Amino acid sequence: MATRISASDVAHVARLARLELTGEELDRFTGQLGAVLEHARDVEALDVAGVPPTAHPLPLVNVLRDDVVTPSLDRDEVLAQAPSVESHRFRVPRILGEEP
Amino acid sequence: MTAAGIAAAVRSGQRTARSVLEEHLGRIAAAEADVHAFNLVLHESARAAADAVDAAVAAGRDPGVLAGVPVALKDNLCTRGVPTTCSSRILDGWTPPYDATVVRRLAAEGAVVVGKTNLDEFAMGSSTENSAFGATRNPHDLGRVPGGSSGGSAAAVAAGFAALALGSDTGGSIRQPAALCGVVGAKPTYGLVSRYGLIAFASSLDQIGPFAGSVADAALLLDAISGPDPLDSTSLRDAPPPASARLGAGVDGLRVGVVAELAAAEGISADVVARTREAADALAAAGAKVDEVSVPAAVYGLSAYYLIAPAEASSNLARYDGVRYGLRERGDPGGAGDITDMYLKTRSRGFGAEVKRRIMLGTYALSAGYYDAYYGKAQRVRTLIIRDFAAAYERFDVLLAPTAPSTAFALGEKTADPITMYLNDVCTIPSNLAGHPAISVPFGCGDDGLPVGVQVLAPALGETVMFQAAAALEAAAPPAHVPVTLGGGASQ
Repeated sequence: MATRISASDVAHVARLARLELTGEELDRFTGQLGAVLEHARDVEALDVAGVPPTAHPLPLVNVLRDDVVTPSLDRDEVLAQAPSVESHRFRVPRILGEEP
Repeated sequence: MTAAGIAAAVRSGQRTARSVLEEHLGRIAAAEADVHAFNLVLHESARAAADAVDAAVAAGRDPGVLAGVPVALKDNLCTRGVPTTCSSRILDGWTPPYDATVVRRLAAEGAVVVGKTNLDEFAMGSSTENSAFGATRNPHDLGRVPGGSSGGSAAAVAAGFAALALGSDTGGSIRQPAALCGVVGAKPTYGLVSRYGLIAFASSLDQIGPFAGSVADAALLLDAISGPDPLDSTSLRDAPPPASARLGAGVDGLRVGVVAELAAAEGISADVVARTREAADALAAAGAKVDEVSVPAAVYGLSAYYLIAPAEASSNLARYDGVRYGLRERGDPGGAGDITDMYLKTRSRGFGAEVKRRIMLGTYALSAGYYDAYYGKAQRVRTLIIRDFAAAYERFDVLLAPTAPSTAFALGEKTADPITMYLNDVCTIPSNLAGHPAISVPFGCGDDGLPVGVQVLAPALGETVMFQAAAALEAAAPPAHVPVTLGGGASQ
């Protein structure tokens, strides 16, 4: 398996997951994630060559419902839960660097 | 009084739902400050629901099979118009615009929801200490944890705050707290109970299930909530096996296998091993054919689980981005002020440490270059576990194993080291990975006088025989410890 997870690996993963870590958190999480991944290595003893992966306990494929229109959630009720709304839409900070 | 007894008394007009509720609210008023089982107690809506049940009875209408039974809901089950927090800051201020399917089914059967119970944030933990709103305490010893993640639901039933409760079980989150709090807790077959409105942690493992003071009450609750649901594409299409069908049938001739690897797994304490053996002996004395069985891959479940569950969680929890609901943190003044900055601030301040740990672990396990070594391998181990169980069930009707490695541990004892905490789930995880049902039944006490739970495991859709064996185990169990909040003695 891979070599032990480094602080820069953890910083990279945190960025991918949109988490901002303090220096203290980075140190602590690096040690803890390393320990969990180390424990996971005990599966190396198992021969899984030729064993298919299981992603889900049920053998379900393409569960479809009838194509019938049914009521959905009320738009205003849903938007009332949003932190910021404008013209019946979710309002977010600027993206791609353009002016707001 | 049992839940079945309450429902019978309310349905016959012998007692009012309102008087039953007030009795439970009285126990909450007396001990909730010590236990902290709830994030929210719903005094007024519970009174309205109880009064509606009494009105139905007075009018001669059928009030449902759970008429007037006070039920507590884990606070990751959506309740329309009532805050649902997952014990996380990131859902601050959110009230769901819909009810979970299980919540609608409870209401249709006349149950009275008394409150939303505390949990480890997003159901990630084994002690209910990872809550943004503070830890829940074990009603048997207020210095100890109730287990987790459904610790609030387990404690609520143990303390008599509710006759029944619902929890969710991804790797043991119903069964382990049930064991530590001296109550019954069951994880049904994957797909038996609709997950619609259960806030997702690991979607291929999550399943809603009952807590109760007895096996019969747990079966009553499960039968009320199980069955197909068009709103959950993974809910099973066929009529569910009735959990209550053979509760009094005994175990004469039933083939019971004691799982050798789990009875001797890493860190299982001697008193828990002894109670598990005594449970096997008790079933043998009741006529069961008991033998040891090997499920070799079961011990690798823990390692596979702590890759699979975080991987699924990292995907499920990506939705908490500060855009559509819950917390939004603005970027720092002078910072980038763009949407990425908002995501970073919102998620960093909204999630607690354990949730961050699992999101990062899952992101890592799924990332390029590591996918095959971690997530891919874990999925293959999952297949091996399913195969080993299948072989065991060729020879046995049900299996027996410990639930938790020890009795309830002290608050703060295992919070420093994630691995020590994760080891709590070693005996419960294999059932989640396989999608099989399992139930924890109180069976005597540990050396410290606190409750021990023993698990009955069954193959997929084996609920009928599982509850049958569990009822026999319950009937043979030694006297239980009484919670200190209900006047029981302190542990030794």
